[in-house]
Amino acid sequence: MLASDGATSRPEAAGQSYELRLYVAGQTPKSVLALANLRLICEQHLHGRYEIEVIDLMQNPQLAQGDQILALPTLVRRLPEPIKKIIGDLSNTERVLVGLDLRVRS
Amino acid sequence: MLPHLPPPRPELPKTPTGIRGFDEITRGGLPTGRPTLVCGGPGSGKTLLALTFLVNGALQFDEPGVLLTFEENAEEMANDVASLGFDLHELIAAKKLAIDYVRVERSEIEETGEYDLEGLFVRLGYAIRTVGARRVVLDTIESLFAGLKNDAILRSELRRLFSWLKEQRVTAVITGERGEGLLTRQGLEEYVSDAVILLDHRVHDQVSTRRLRVVKYRGSYHGTNEYPFLIDADGLSVLPVSSLALQHDAPLERVSSGIPNLDDMLGGKGYYRGSTILVSGTAGTGKTSMCAHFLDAACRRGERCLYFLFEESPQQLLRNMRSIGVELEPWVKAGLLQFHADRPSRYGLETHLATMHRVVADFKPTVIVIDPVTNLMTVGTSADVQAMLTRIIDHLKTENITAMLASLAPGRGEIERTESTISSLMDSLIVLANEEVSGRHRRGVYVLKSRGMAHSNELREFTLTDKGLRVLDGTDFPPERVRVDHRPEGLEQHAGV
Repeated sequence: MLASDGATSRPEAAGQSYELRLYVAGQTPKSVLALANLRLICEQHLHGRYEIEVIDLMQNPQLAQGDQILALPTLVRRLPEPIKKIIGDLSNTERVLVGLDLRVRS
Repeated sequence: MLPHLPPPRPELPKTPTGIRGFDEITRGGLPTGRPTLVCGGPGSGKTLLALTFLVNGALQFDEPGVLLTFEENAEEMANDVASLGFDLHELIAAKKLAIDYVRVERSEIEETGEYDLEGLFVRLGYAIRTVGARRVVLDTIESLFAGLKNDAILRSELRRLFSWLKEQRVTAVITGERGEGLLTRQGLEEYVSDAVILLDHRVHDQVSTRRLRVVKYRGSYHGTNEYPFLIDADGLSVLPVSSLALQHDAPLERVSSGIPNLDDMLGGKGYYRGSTILVSGTAGTGKTSMCAHFLDAACRRGERCLYFLFEESPQQLLRNMRSIGVELEPWVKAGLLQFHADRPSRYGLETHLATMHRVVADFKPTVIVIDPVTNLMTVGTSADVQAMLTRIIDHLKTENITAMLASLAPGRGEIERTESTISSLMDSLIVLANEEVSGRHRRGVYVLKSRGMAHSNELREFTLTDKGLRVLDGTDFPPERVRVDHRPEGLEQHAGV
């Protein structure tokens, strides 16, 4: 089990700002849930140092190819590098944190 | 349409692939607006078939296409097919083709919660709209199973994808890798059920043969055989069984054998156009000379002739025929005669016949010679040989091409045994015999059978002179000896009909 967020946060990630992009296709239950989950996680773990850009592929389908989007919703961590992808409605907070490198894989 | 055949039932609309032979065996191509599964092992030609379908669509049928590939990146693929004369860059620039390379790397993706593959739909939809695509290829979508963990989601999304493709009314080809006990590894045949094509690449005795089979084609007739197909510098072509029923015409026109007295023996007029003639004899009996006369006569009439050589080189043949006064070289120069020489052991029987099929389609001859056809028999079993020769002969008859096949009998008395495999396919059977009579080496010829004409049953002597092969008038050949040694049993039932 993990002790606390502070103890397991990666030191090098502590001060970095996060550039996140959430790909969705329209206002589906999954996309609404994903955005809500993402906001919650960011507020708790990245307060003041994150930026979320939501891309609706219904409006901009040409953007799907660039980031190799296949599954939706997909969260892409553009910064810090390397680029990371997390797919799904982000309801499993633990795995989202692992995916964002905010927590080591247990 | 012949009266005894049932009237054709209406079939589903078809989309031609432009692949030689393929559109014939599927009676028009792939089902329009529906997905077709093309499966086979690695290197079986799936991707090439799919790409040819797209490129031909764009170039020949004014149907732009989309390639969604999971395999290689677009650049590698463009290079791969450039060797076959496909310029993908040009097609992309002309908005006739869109390629989207989908890369899925499992290690880079964290899965958390519910998702779907709408992103794939968005990309495909966007590509389809960009070029106004009528054709779509997904190559190879099963790669998704390696990239994503949730099989249940994948399967339900694939099901949705294939019905979505139908809604888009695009004609789609989905490729799949052959699996254990299944047509594809992930059982895609369960989802794509309109048409399934199976490709196979076998190597037997170090000879490779490619085969294609239409496993399923809902709402359409199709040939169920395995068809050999070729991948060569001209791309992909399939050897069809062109006449699924015996319904070729029986022309009444006659063509000369090129030897006046032999024409006399053949009801006075020679062979029927479009018929198949077997010239049989042991080594050195003059089979090739007979073929050369036949071709020479055809070229004199201005006909286009193809000579398939399986033993000699064209140069050897030209030299040898010159020595008996048959000059074939001018016909080669005039473009009327073309040689196609190959080693029998170079490929499997089927590949040979597929090659012959393609060469015939390219050159469009009215007369062909295969010399010796018996060399092909070393490449396969006698059942295979019969099946394949039936196919090619059927095809030649459909095209009204007159064919002369030289057959090398291994030894005296074995002439008929060699031919038992193929003689029933022949319209005319000419037998050449060597006989030593009173210290002289003498040559004889007789017409063992020639369907549909009153032919001679004489055995005539012939000579090979520097002015050609001459069949003598009389029969001073002692008939008793020859009959005992060479005449086959059951001659009566063959003769005449």
